[in-house]
Amino acid sequence: MKNVMSNKTAIILYVLPSLLLVLFLIYIPIVLTGYYGLMDWSGVGQMKFIGLENYKKLVHDQLFWESTWHSVLLALFSVLSLIGYLIVSLLLASKLKGANLFRKIYIIPMLMSSVAIAQLWMKIFDPMNGLINSLLSMIGVKETPLWLADPQMALYSVFIPIVWQYAGFYIIIMYAALINVPQELIEAARIDGANAFQIAYKIKVPLISGVLKVLVILAVVGSLKYFDLIYVMTGGGPGHATEVIASYMYKEAFGKFNFGYGSAIGFGLLILSMGATWVIQKMLRVNQG
Amino acid sequence: MREANIANTEHRSPLRRIAIAILYAVLIAVALLQLYPLVWLFLLSLKTNQEVFGMSPFALPKSPRWENYINAWFDGGINQYFFNSVWYTIVAVVLTLILASFVTFALTRMEWKFKGAVLALFMIAYMIPLHSTLIPLFNIYNKINLIDNPISIILSYTTFNLPITIMILLGFYQSLPREIEEAAVMDGCSVHRIFFRITLPMTTPVLATTAIINMIYNWNEFVFVNTFISSEKWKTITVGVNNFVGQYLTDWGAIGATLVISILPILIVYLFLSDRIIEGLVAGSVKG
Repeated sequence: MKNVMSNKTAIILYVLPSLLLVLFLIYIPIVLTGYYGLMDWSGVGQMKFIGLENYKKLVHDQLFWESTWHSVLLALFSVLSLIGYLIVSLLLASKLKGANLFRKIYIIPMLMSSVAIAQLWMKIFDPMNGLINSLLSMIGVKETPLWLADPQMALYSVFIPIVWQYAGFYIIIMYAALINVPQELIEAARIDGANAFQIAYKIKVPLISGVLKVLVILAVVGSLKYFDLIYVMTGGGPGHATEVIASYMYKEAFGKFNFGYGSAIGFGLLILSMGATWVIQKMLRVNQG
Repeated sequence: MREANIANTEHRSPLRRIAIAILYAVLIAVALLQLYPLVWLFLLSLKTNQEVFGMSPFALPKSPRWENYINAWFDGGINQYFFNSVWYTIVAVVLTLILASFVTFALTRMEWKFKGAVLALFMIAYMIPLHSTLIPLFNIYNKINLIDNPISIILSYTTFNLPITIMILLGFYQSLPREIEEAAVMDGCSVHRIFFRITLPMTTPVLATTAIINMIYNWNEFVFVNTFISSEKWKTITVGVNNFVGQYLTDWGAIGATLVISILPILIVYLFLSDRIIEGLVAGSVKG
């Protein structure tokens, strides 16, 4: 057994290709991002070493912090919407007929590309013929909002399709955890006279807290690196009203050809994502493993 | 089931019924919110511009304009994008599944020193935001002449899907019985034979799940194609749709038809395999 299953050539053959791919296309690029951040570089031609200049600039860059703030707002918003998702999943897990069908319907938006969702919601938000404003004028609202075109509203407008897109994803994961809560505990509580709210609040939610903590991390990290939908819907605009870290990085690098500074932003994004994961894990004392 | 019985027999009070009605009302409202935008998109795809701009957005099209689809498919160049997406997706899914199966087999079945470290490398890779790798990746591909080349897309899809695929496979491999493999070793089977003839076939169910999850990710991917590909002939449907919409900003019917075409393959697969997809999403996320 031992000889066959510790065949060195086989191990190398099985592990090395994947390991090389991950090293060359994920780990080395991550190191390079930090390194390019030290350069003045337009993507073509010579790199010029400028030390920590880009990083100094980043720390004092109003636009970077504004973008970061938008990403943080999105993270807060996503974590708050988890409460809504939790309520729906608790209802879904109350063993009613048709729960499976609802679950299947809820996940459908998650199957679409962010690009398709962005295009669809741009039409839904259209001030003249869009779904929402037509609905609003039907119920008598005279001054319908401009949504994505209004700098005050644009950021919150892009949050709506994001909540829509991920609702089903979070609901099915919470649901899967909830239906695994042992029936005995629930019945014992019911015999003791607990009502549905008490059972949900005191038994079901604490029992799935492990999953909920993982979902908080997913929501925060996912929000910090959020890109596709916002980039397609608004391109970060109007002005920079919906700029997030990843869109700012992308525009600096591939729009303005500031590859050095773009890399510094990319490195900032990495630090923020990893840092947020670490902090949340510490705060919630998540034992992953 | 037991709880449902309690609900039906012991608590038939009017209050209980109202509670259940409210519960259903909320669940149905959420379902409508999730579905109606898609129904609206489908109706939009069958309308003329006059119908879109002149009538209520809730109105049905007078006579469905299926030619919107034909126009999008041929004139919009969607057919080229569509087939690019199909083959990038298939090649990357097959590569990811093979490579991930190899790694998972080595991690769960074989004896070697750096197992823990290698597993950690894949797990950490899952946490790294891909946007932070984008500029160096662009530079690396540029240096080896893979910019505007489908190979860069397939390599990226394969690599970035490996961590999650390995994580889903890992749980399944750990639950597989070892007896058959042990018996095969006794009989003098080589490790390759054990992997290909015994272990791999036993993982077919989870391979199907991971294949679909990978397919969804690849089909919908945007930023790699948008960054690494510049020629129209190599673009995928996700990026193609975005460009198409940019060009035909005012023809809402054509835009609707294009978007429907772009989501249709996934929806069709989902129709048949929804349970597997949901299983995979749950498995993949909770382990992350």
